[in-house]
Amino acid sequence: MQPAINIEALTKTYRSGLEALKAIDLTIAQGEIFGLLGPNGAGKTTLISIICGIVTPSSGRVSVGGCDVVAQYRAARAKIGLVPQELSTDTFETVWATVRFSRGLFGKPPNPAHLEAVLRDLSLWDKRDSKIMTLSGGMKRRVLVAKALAHEPEILFLDEPTAGVDVELRRGMWGLVRRLRDRGVTIILTTHYLEEAEEMADRIGVINKGQLILVEDKATIMQRFGAKQLTLHLMHPLDAIPAALADLPLVLSEDRHALIYTFDQHAERTGIAALLQRLRELGIGYRDLHTHESSLEEIFVDLIRER
Amino acid sequence: MNWHAIRQIYRFEMSRTFRTVTQSIASPVLSTSLYFVVFGSAIGSRVGAIDGISYGAFIIPGLVMMSLLSESISNAAFGIYMPKWSGTIFELLSAPVSAFEVVAGYVGAAATKSVMLGLLILATARLFVDYQIAHPVMMVCFLALTALSFSLFGFMIGLWADDFQKLQLIPLMVIAPLTFLGGAFYSIKMLPPLWQQISLFNPVMYLISGFRWSFFDVSDVNIVLSFSAIVATMLLCLTLIWLIFKTGWKLKN
Ligand SMILES: Nc1ncnc2c1ncn2[C@@H]1O[C@H](COP(=O)(O)OP(=O)(O)OP(=O)(O)O)[C@@H](O)[C@H]1O
Ligand SMILES: [Mg+2]
Repeated sequence: MQPAINIEALTKTYRSGLEALKAIDLTIAQGEIFGLLGPNGAGKTTLISIICGIVTPSSGRVSVGGCDVVAQYRAARAKIGLVPQELSTDTFETVWATVRFSRGLFGKPPNPAHLEAVLRDLSLWDKRDSKIMTLSGGMKRRVLVAKALAHEPEILFLDEPTAGVDVELRRGMWGLVRRLRDRGVTIILTTHYLEEAEEMADRIGVINKGQLILVEDKATIMQRFGAKQLTLHLMHPLDAIPAALADLPLVLSEDRHALIYTFDQHAERTGIAALLQRLRELGIGYRDLHTHESSLEEIFVDLIRER
Repeated sequence: MNWHAIRQIYRFEMSRTFRTVTQSIASPVLSTSLYFVVFGSAIGSRVGAIDGISYGAFIIPGLVMMSLLSESISNAAFGIYMPKWSGTIFELLSAPVSAFEVVAGYVGAAATKSVMLGLLILATARLFVDYQIAHPVMMVCFLALTALSFSLFGFMIGLWADDFQKLQLIPLMVIAPLTFLGGAFYSIKMLPPLWQQISLFNPVMYLISGFRWSFFDVSDVNIVLSFSAIVATMLLCLTLIWLIFKTGWKLKN
């Protein structure tokens, strides 16, 4: 099967001289949800903008459904819907007029039934005759999604769809993404939140300073970074880990006042209950305990250090 | 050819026009009417006829041209500048549309609006001054070609401008003086010989002269020359736009 998106040796140097992308190679399969993770300024928006034709690449090739984004830009772009990171919408137009505009702009004949379905799906149907400037920020973001879906794209880009969005809308957005995927739409989304990528993506790419430092199935990543630590602050310092506990992944802190237990939070049994039970049997008392999960920042730091 | 896109851009621009009808139609018609009242009726009655035409009638073609030029430019410039300014340009850049289709939509709408405005001003003028149109077909031709050429020109200004001030700069600093000095209110034959010579370098003079010919069958310069001037202006603008797009829009990074 033709990949949805194929990127070869893509680089981008802005006129300022800033190297935003350094030799990116990436293939995204049809029908998958791809999560692009990375810190601010990593190059996520630049990468998306090049695929969508908003920014011109410095070198390398990008094809969408087998069509080169430069040479066959019409065929390539007609397949794509883009929800940008910035909330840029018309102000005086009505919701209905703006989605109708988007559909036509992408070369599709009018189809009020489809537009109605899209607006209903996004709970915007009641607002169809409202001017966009009278909508709230969350509604405007949904209008942008509706515009992107107006021409029935095969591929949807969501550039930080849930930035500054409340919990309910975030859930709604996730639900929408799943429904679209069920219809066979390929989805690429960028985010800062590991949780979001975890919730939605099939595969995750991590980008930092213009380089793709990791592309992996979500399951693999979660295993690798899903490790959590439980720290037990002891009543009395230990000299060493008791032999009776030698079979557990335990480490004694340097000051010998804490025991650190590493476990897989996604495993069915974390082993925490058993550990606490055995400590009680051994008469090892603890004052306090807390768990710690690697944050995305730590993962980035780890990843960069690994290279 | 992406006809749906051209149609939607055109429609979007026209609806913008009708939404702001006071500013975009009523105000130019009103201000031009003031000229008719002041120059046509009040002062005109004391000014002698020029080329056998009453002064009030004589200034009509020039006044229409004046509105046509400034409105065409500012409309087309504003049309493409707005999405750049608000950020909605991303959609246009990511859409399967060619440069030609974008220009056709924006410039087509701006030119349509200008022609409508020109005809409206002519109709309004009829309330103040009595006049005849000697060559109606040529009159409409001049109107349409001028509207088109200067909308193309305005579109380029909109592409080039990166703030609102630049948007106003050329219409105010270049087009307005050229129109005033291009014989909107006088025949250049009334000028001293040196200034007559200088006026020949003013492209707008040819437009006004040709347009006036289509009304009264009299002109400052040969009608063929006038017609060639407007066609040349249009070709020049088309070439420039083509070059702009060829060298990458000035819109993309
Ligand atoms: N138009 C531009 N001109 C010059 N440099 C730019 C331009 N757009 C982006 N950059 C730079 O390119 C780098 C990548 O930016 P990009 O917007 O792609 O990052 P991002 O991963 O989307 O970040 P964020 O998470 O903040 O949205 C940044 O250093 C940014 O400053
Ligand atoms: Mg971004």
